[in-house]
Amino acid sequence: MADGSIGLWTVPLAVLGGAIRVSTPFLFVSLGECITERSGRINLGLEGTLVMGAMSAYGISYVTGSPWLGVLAAGITGALLGALHAGICSLPRVNDVAVGIALMLFGTGLAFYLGKPLIEPTAPRLPAIDFGWWSDVPQVRAALRVNVLFLIGVALAPILYWAFRTTRWGLLIRTAGESSDAARAMGHSVLLIRLRATMVGGFLAGIGGSFLSLFYPGSWNEGLSSGQGITAVALVIFARWDPLLCLWASLAFGGAAALGPALQSVGVTSGYHLFNAAPYILTLAIMIITCSPKRTLTGAPAELSITR
Amino acid sequence: MIIGETPPPSGAFGVDAIAMTMRFGDFLALDNVELKVRPGSFHALLGENGAGKSTLVKCIMGYYHATEGDIIVGGREQAIANPKDAHALGLGMVYQHFTLVPAMTVAENLVLARDDVPAVVNWPKEMKELEAFLARMPFKVPLSAKVSDISAGERQKCEILKQLYLKRRFLILDEPTSVLTPAEADEVLGMLRDMVVKGELTILMITHKFREVMAFADEVTILRRGKLAGAGKVAELTPDAMARTMIGAEELTVQPPRTGEAGKARLELKKIRALDDAGAVAVRDVSLTVCAGEIVGIAGVSGNGQRQLVEVLAGQREAESGEVRVAGDPYHASREEMRRHRMSLLPEEPLKNACVGGMSVADNIAFREFDRAPFASGGWWLNRGAFRDDAKKKIGQYKIKTRTPETPISALSGGNVQRAVLARELAGDVEVLIAANPCFGLDFAAVAQIHAEIMAARNRGAAVLLVSEDLDELLELSDRLVVMFHGEFVYEGRTSDADLTVVGRHMAGH
Repeated sequence: MADGSIGLWTVPLAVLGGAIRVSTPFLFVSLGECITERSGRINLGLEGTLVMGAMSAYGISYVTGSPWLGVLAAGITGALLGALHAGICSLPRVNDVAVGIALMLFGTGLAFYLGKPLIEPTAPRLPAIDFGWWSDVPQVRAALRVNVLFLIGVALAPILYWAFRTTRWGLLIRTAGESSDAARAMGHSVLLIRLRATMVGGFLAGIGGSFLSLFYPGSWNEGLSSGQGITAVALVIFARWDPLLCLWASLAFGGAAALGPALQSVGVTSGYHLFNAAPYILTLAIMIITCSPKRTLTGAPAELSITR
Repeated sequence: MIIGETPPPSGAFGVDAIAMTMRFGDFLALDNVELKVRPGSFHALLGENGAGKSTLVKCIMGYYHATEGDIIVGGREQAIANPKDAHALGLGMVYQHFTLVPAMTVAENLVLARDDVPAVVNWPKEMKELEAFLARMPFKVPLSAKVSDISAGERQKCEILKQLYLKRRFLILDEPTSVLTPAEADEVLGMLRDMVVKGELTILMITHKFREVMAFADEVTILRRGKLAGAGKVAELTPDAMARTMIGAEELTVQPPRTGEAGKARLELKKIRALDDAGAVAVRDVSLTVCAGEIVGIAGVSGNGQRQLVEVLAGQREAESGEVRVAGDPYHASREEMRRHRMSLLPEEPLKNACVGGMSVADNIAFREFDRAPFASGGWWLNRGAFRDDAKKKIGQYKIKTRTPETPISALSGGNVQRAVLARELAGDVEVLIAANPCFGLDFAAVAQIHAEIMAARNRGAAVLLVSEDLDELLELSDRLVVMFHGEFVYEGRTSDADLTVVGRHMAGH
């Protein structure tokens, strides 16, 4: 047996590979949501954006033959959905959480409707870079086949961290999220800042979706997303709205999601579904540990509807 | 004309508002008001809450567009469409509520306020420039500290420094000293006064503190109910004359004289420790006894743990450790205990802390007793008629201005919300009264009425704990004065012996 040589090492290796593969949509959605929430608004519709992004990326990639055009299309679709969310939330007395839930259902529903003809055909997929060339062990090579989008996401986290501190736009987004009164007193339009932040957030979430349909799992069907979009929103909360922590949290979630399949591959079959639930258990556990009824969340933007 | 292209006048300049009228629907907020601020002067704008002071300055700053009237800046008529236009003309405003972003550093706040924030901020260069700017200023602020970590006094200095950093030459200050100790207020206003005297700055200050008007202002304009009630040189006016102009013919409730001596200990706090929302220690093992027939005032600049202490007593926050006793019994702020000991609470921001905004005035007045006779039979069947009758009686007795008892309480003005809470809390016998900033933002009539009710409750034998940021209020009402700083009681003494300088020093933590 080929894998006999590494034995139980298969599990951590598969978790590592999973962390890299599975985390990419988490990473993009959470970074996007991080931008949106730092501007003082929650977009719960990113699950819908993710699925719409996956569908449009697959469709465009199939039609044009270029997966990168597909990624771009996914981003644009996401930005449009973001603009829709921001537009509705700009109206007086509209609750962003309720709008987000509506758009989540709208996005997934629309994607399933428009994506019906895409279930059969095969679209060109995104390329991967082989970082495991030095190894003879197939598991290592499989784990280290890394998609370019993942690398972009990893680079994006520190860039966002830097941008929130040192760029005009970063400071404006934080101002709108921490004190809309202050932003208004300086003569800025809070609604416009939030519109742009929500569109950028949607753009990134759409790209996260394109990863699902164009790389891993790499096809279009209705069961494509198992709630990554909504989990990523929760992930932003315990990453304390910090892009760098979003990166680590995404990797942890990716790893947790890969635990079930990895254990199964070494023959641990009992409790398979329980291990598959690892990311959700992780969500609950972290929420319980980090939250307290007696204090507010540190780092939470003061204008968020959930913290106000 | 693009306003941004006119160069701001150098040195101090004046602003005149002529024949300003502002309508909000049917409501006439400003009625043909005139305000003339001479260049290089310190001008005070006086008026009660709702007199139209804020509306007037917001028209000048371009937040509102006056229905009628003209603004003349530096001798030229200007159309100010929005705050950016006002800023371009060199007009700046320091708001009553801070406009600094608490989660950001002082330096970030200053740079962010500029109209020309660079796309990528070169922090080392900016910090150098900011330090050079601060070196020229008479007061200092810590540039790298988060705004949420600095004191209220430092924040107010930051707000003013921000305007000077932006090279504003005409400053509007909205109640700038409400969060400062008297010494801090004198320092800040004195420094601004110096700049005015040097001809670098013109100041228009909204205030209700006559002491500051007398000490720092050259001229004063007084508004009453949206109309110009008077104007003139401060040197030719007395505080009494100004107060009469402000209030008009309205009669104020007369405060009963202080009678009777303090009795037995009624409310005892023993080593109370409480955390704030962020989990930091806000109240550090404080102990205090309040006796029957006594008002104990807790002074202090806001944010020194007073709010958390009151929340513990009101049952809104759990104490980490320590014990509260009322008339010797342990007290955990349960409804039953409050009822048994006749506890009353006047928390700050009554609409948020003591009312349900969407429910009617009648319901809000009945909260303490709503499930007992005569409001309810058998503890569950509510008798709406009893709610209405009781509310009608109290609305008359406490002069609550509301259209009907069924009006949602959030539709009432601040003074009337507080009157409704007063009617509920002080209607029966009161043995313990806890009041926190009960007069914040209220007009003279409401303040006089609330002060009279608190004194009357004391004279009837209630133990009163009065937490206030207004030192004048505490000096007037309390028998004993305690100063709270950084969660601890740092001073205690009889109010009659209190030395304002000593109290002020303790408030500032010296």
